[in-house]
Amino acid sequence: MNNLRRNVLKGAGATTAVSVAIMAGLLKPGMALANWNKAGFEAKDVNAALASIGGSAAAASGDVSVKAPDIAENGAVVPVEITSKIAGTESIGIVAEKNALPLIADFKLMNGAQGFVSTRIKMGATSNVTAIVKAGGKVYKASKEVKVTIGGCGG
Amino acid sequence: MAEPMRIRASMSGAVADVKCLMNHPMENGLRKDAKTGQMVPAHHITTVTATLNGVTVLDAQWGGGLSKNPYLHFRVAGAKAGDTVSVTWVDNTGAKRTDEAKVG
Repeated sequence: MNNLRRNVLKGAGATTAVSVAIMAGLLKPGMALANWNKAGFEAKDVNAALASIGGSAAAASGDVSVKAPDIAENGAVVPVEITSKIAGTESIGIVAEKNALPLIADFKLMNGAQGFVSTRIKMGATSNVTAIVKAGGKVYKASKEVKVTIGGCGG
Repeated sequence: MAEPMRIRASMSGAVADVKCLMNHPMENGLRKDAKTGQMVPAHHITTVTATLNGVTVLDAQWGGGLSKNPYLHFRVAGAKAGDTVSVTWVDNTGAKRTDEAKVG
């Protein structure tokens, strides 16, 4: 119990230090983000988020699978596993359609990396988790609905 | 804040399974601090790159939608025991952290 409290205090202190540094102009947000897809990650609209990673015209594919729980009790930690059986998979994007910021991540895979990514995401509400897979100049997608009992996106 | 990540790389058949756990608050900028009522500023990892023996195999861009202390698991073909896997993250404040592990 006490350990947890210490951590919470430590975390709060460190976050404050960062925001103070930002205000003082010591750290410019976006400093190291030359190639970061800012428009996509800040898009509040799922279509804009999809467009930013080139996933607007994706074709549904049975070779892409999204493994996630049917019901997530805690939206702050939803395990998501994406497997693409398509040869030459170049990238895997993850979009949670009803999140305030739908675009979660975009993974570029190369030099032997397999069409597989597993991670944990935050979800604000029950919605589809969509994987956008690019391979050989074509775009594929697959979705899985996750029911969220307690949202994990603030509020 | 930039505490070490835990990386474990193991061979399963001809493919290396790489699992890593990073230490990061992953604030998306939409959450209110329960005590002060102020918005907590965004503070999350933006790019993650992984290399196998110095060759980039994964180059990811992240938003604030990944869970706190993010977990990442990926697979690389053409690896063998003893190879070096290195993972680097950079966050939106410019902080970064690199850690390495040997494929076992």
